[in-house]
Amino acid sequence: MALTIHDIKRIAHLARIEINDSEADKTLNKITGILTLIEEMEAVNTTGIIPMSHSQDVVQRLREDVVTATNQRETFQKNAPTVGSGLYLVPQVIE
Amino acid sequence: MEWEVVIGLETHAQLKTKTKIFSGASTAYGAEPNTQACEVSTALPGVLPVLNKEAVECAIKFGLAIGAELPKLSVFSRKNYFYPDLPKGYQISQFELPIVGKGKVTIQVPETKNQPAYEKVIGITRAHLEEDAGKSVHGAVEGMSGIDLNRAGTPLLEIVTEPDMRSAAEAVAYAKKLHELVQWIDICDGNMQEGSFRCDVNVSVRAKGTTELGTRREIKNLNSFKFMQQAIAYETQWQIETLEDGGTIEQATILFNPDTGETKAMRSKEGANDYRYFPDPDLLPLEVTEADKARVQADMPELPLAMKARFESEYALSAYDAIAITSSRAVAGYFVDTINAGGDPKLAANWVMGGITAKLNTEGKSIADSPIDAATLAQLVKRISDGTISNNAGKQVFEAMWTGGLDVDAIIEEKGLKQVSDTGAIEALVNEVLAANQAMVEEYKAGKQKAFNALVGQTMKASKGKANPAQVNQVLKKKLDA
Repeated sequence: MALTIHDIKRIAHLARIEINDSEADKTLNKITGILTLIEEMEAVNTTGIIPMSHSQDVVQRLREDVVTATNQRETFQKNAPTVGSGLYLVPQVIE
Repeated sequence: MEWEVVIGLETHAQLKTKTKIFSGASTAYGAEPNTQACEVSTALPGVLPVLNKEAVECAIKFGLAIGAELPKLSVFSRKNYFYPDLPKGYQISQFELPIVGKGKVTIQVPETKNQPAYEKVIGITRAHLEEDAGKSVHGAVEGMSGIDLNRAGTPLLEIVTEPDMRSAAEAVAYAKKLHELVQWIDICDGNMQEGSFRCDVNVSVRAKGTTELGTRREIKNLNSFKFMQQAIAYETQWQIETLEDGGTIEQATILFNPDTGETKAMRSKEGANDYRYFPDPDLLPLEVTEADKARVQADMPELPLAMKARFESEYALSAYDAIAITSSRAVAGYFVDTINAGGDPKLAANWVMGGITAKLNTEGKSIADSPIDAATLAQLVKRISDGTISNNAGKQVFEAMWTGGLDVDAIIEEKGLKQVSDTGAIEALVNEVLAANQAMVEEYKAGKQKAFNALVGQTMKASKGKANPAQVNQVLKKKLDA
């Protein structure tokens, strides 16, 4: 599947990454290279092999359902540019 | 042309855990903003999610309850989108490999003017675990949106159906059944006001008799069954009219406005639904073993359908009564307690449904708020079945109990409701009535059955309702036919 500059710009927009035209060109080449590599890999016969979703062959460990976190609102909100009434304040977003 | 509506539901049930799905922050409702938003909930750099065992067990329990496939491995994925109440920039969800596979839910659709009640099996496509987002508060500060991350990371089970429903009534019956089931197996508190159970409804229409699905529109975040009914009815009509006017339906996400009763498309940018899912490298595959399933199964209460069947066979309840009694686990529990305290099952069922729950419904309360407990109701039922009072007198006793009097025998005594079962006294009453109503006696003798009923009525009236009706019948019959 051949990608176009339009695809690159759309992906960048979805990821909220600002790129200019020359960056988009470079990125198109890099991603096309990766896709070509994937196409080569697809030629390998993988019948009967379970797709891997993680690089380590172990399963998820679980946590007991016990409250361990304490209220650190004051500390955390020191990092926020604007807060008020205990809320993190951001530019208005209404759909 | 005749049209058919096709409906599928996606329901988010908030799981009843103490902590969030990937962290040890509390999920208690109603806390001050951001006081239950830990490092993971606020997505500080370097934090890692650790999966909550209880959330996993809730999902397994649901899967077992609907007879679903529970694959050995499931995988968490990132669903990427940007919104201020989602600080990571992605929601951890499950995509290709959900924890719960295909299952079934049997619904009862209530009767209408045009159709008797019927049962239908609704296919469940899948159910997956995911985290909730935070909450945006608009308008608290001029020109700003406030973000409360207390809800961020709350565990949700998203339950997706096949497009199996063919009317608003079926969709509502399914939603109610699911709502009842998640509470029955105790994985969700079902509180719709607080958003613990919310439904998205996919609606499309097609010409009746065709098999291809029409373009669907998704009604988001319905948190009441009444709104669901109204929203589907409005949306179905809108789609049919649009098509009949030669228009086309565009796939869209829509909102229901309860004030106008109308649905309206949300503004949505092209490509906004491209979530670029990929497996979350922070989480390993989740394993559900046979031992896990067995452990959860051991903790499973008797399910409503099984209990309904048992009540029908064990207590000879009608299907209608058995469905009503098993409509919630609390009601079923109250009924069982009433029987265990010595109440006759059939009478107990009548009094639980016609008395207790009817009264609670009009007062907008739940069974936990009933001023009459099961043991006390059993006393009343016993006094009716042993003939001390009539069923009608029982209603007066019930009213007195409801407003505070809990000693059944004392109320019967005080109100003078004891049924007269003394044959001598009843014979005396009957003699009086016969003497005073010669005309009716003649009519009866001329073959009019109605006259007999009238004489029973007169005798009951003369006894001020206290005579045992069965005995009155007997004595009258004996005297008239003598």
